[in-house]
Amino acid sequence: MAYSDKVIDHYENPRNVGKLDDEDVNVGTGMVGAPACGDVMRLQIKVDDEGVIEDAKFKTYGCGSAIASSSLLTEWVKGRSLDQATEIKNTDIADELGLPPVKIHCSVLAEDAIKAAIADIKQKRGEE
Amino acid sequence: MQVPIYLDYSSTSPVDPRVAEKMMECLTLEGNYGNPASRSHMLGWKAEEAVETARRHVADLVNCDPREIVWTSGATESDNLAIKGAAHFYSKKGKHIITSKIEHKAVLDSCRQLEREGYEVTYLEPDDKGLISPEVVAAAIRPDTTLVSLMHVNNEIGVINDIEAIGKVTREKGVIFHVDAAQSTGKIDIDLETMQVDLMSMTSHKIYGPKGIGALYVRRKPRVRIEPQIHGGGHERGMRSGTLATHQIVGMGEAFRIAKEEMHTESARILALRNRLLEGLKDMEEVYVNGDIDHRVAGNLNISFNFVEGESLMMALRDLAVSSGSACTSASLEPSYVLRAIGLNDELAHSSLRISVGRFTTEEEIDYAIGKIREAVAKLRELSPLWDMYKDGVDLDQVQWAAH
Repeated sequence: MAYSDKVIDHYENPRNVGKLDDEDVNVGTGMVGAPACGDVMRLQIKVDDEGVIEDAKFKTYGCGSAIASSSLLTEWVKGRSLDQATEIKNTDIADELGLPPVKIHCSVLAEDAIKAAIADIKQKRGEE
Repeated sequence: MQVPIYLDYSSTSPVDPRVAEKMMECLTLEGNYGNPASRSHMLGWKAEEAVETARRHVADLVNCDPREIVWTSGATESDNLAIKGAAHFYSKKGKHIITSKIEHKAVLDSCRQLEREGYEVTYLEPDDKGLISPEVVAAAIRPDTTLVSLMHVNNEIGVINDIEAIGKVTREKGVIFHVDAAQSTGKIDIDLETMQVDLMSMTSHKIYGPKGIGALYVRRKPRVRIEPQIHGGGHERGMRSGTLATHQIVGMGEAFRIAKEEMHTESARILALRNRLLEGLKDMEEVYVNGDIDHRVAGNLNISFNFVEGESLMMALRDLAVSSGSACTSASLEPSYVLRAIGLNDELAHSSLRISVGRFTTEEEIDYAIGKIREAVAKLRELSPLWDMYKDGVDLDQVQWAAH
């Protein structure tokens, strides 16, 4: 199966790889997927007092498309408000990366990851 | 050194130039192009002679009578012919068949078809090394069992079943024994005089012959009967009709002749290369060899790099042609059924590579592969949240994963 140039680019030069301090109240963590399924994504966002995402980091265990989906997502969420970040859809990611049908689940996982990270920060801040 | 480096010899092999030479002599007007079944003229006789010479080469490699060799299109057809052919022929005696969970799909799917026809199939569990013991076979045989079908060497993990010992059990119980030897012929010794095998599938393309040609060994003493699956002009003593492909057959014959001559020196060389590869990788953390390392063909290494997903690993190894037990591309997301059956958890199965070494592999290529693999595993572990958690001392089995 051929990968798109964008998938290869993100895979070879992944953006924002790393870990944020989970103890920090301004950091939300979303961990989705399962090793048994061959994909685990950990997405972390750091949110400022205005509710804007100022930093994002990820680590992903999974195929090239899963790594690219999460890498792209970290680029997209930076500078967005939590509400704007909620609006990111898996189809946007799949379209941008040109994912084939068998790889759509990778983009779904990325959407799940940002949703989970946002839910985590809201819970930490007592907003939900 | 040319990239990609071919390290997928268990999948198929390039045709040996000596084999290609022989094949080319059987195609054009100047060559040996006749129909081996033509009895009325010189061109037919000449083609028949070439086919019979090839048949002898194949028989010689496995020490049987050339009249016990039936040409087929490959091991898949041989498996189909053996399993369905014997099950159908002996159906009055019983409708129970024994095979294992880690057979090739050609065997498993033939058995599934028989199940649809009303047969009952027992799928034996291999041990955690991937081996089926004679005792396990003996315990599964019932009065209505007609056929046992097991592979000699497993295609994914390269482990070698003790066919000689299993053959003693089946012969004693009066059950037909079929062996899929697609991965073993020309790699390890097979002696059908001493091994009590009744039917044996062989293929040409794993042993430097062309694709599209194989053979089924059908024992004459004691005589084994099969029902043909392809009907027509009655070629191959009625067991497999269809005009014989002289050039393919001649290619397989030459490949098997070379294998008989060079097998022992070649195996030693290939084993040294595989050991060099393993030496170059095994000091890394969380690396596991899958399947028995001692009872294994020389060329195969199946190895898991924990916390790294196989498909992304292959993506990093674009200069290497290897296989993975990860099935991320398949719709099911299920990893290798062979690795699961020998007890690997899904993570390790997803993290596996099958690297197979062959006739044209060089030391330089192995060293290059070691460097590339180490680099890729290190890079992907840096990216892996599972590696992070492992390093932080988290027990991954205790984590509640949101399965999707």
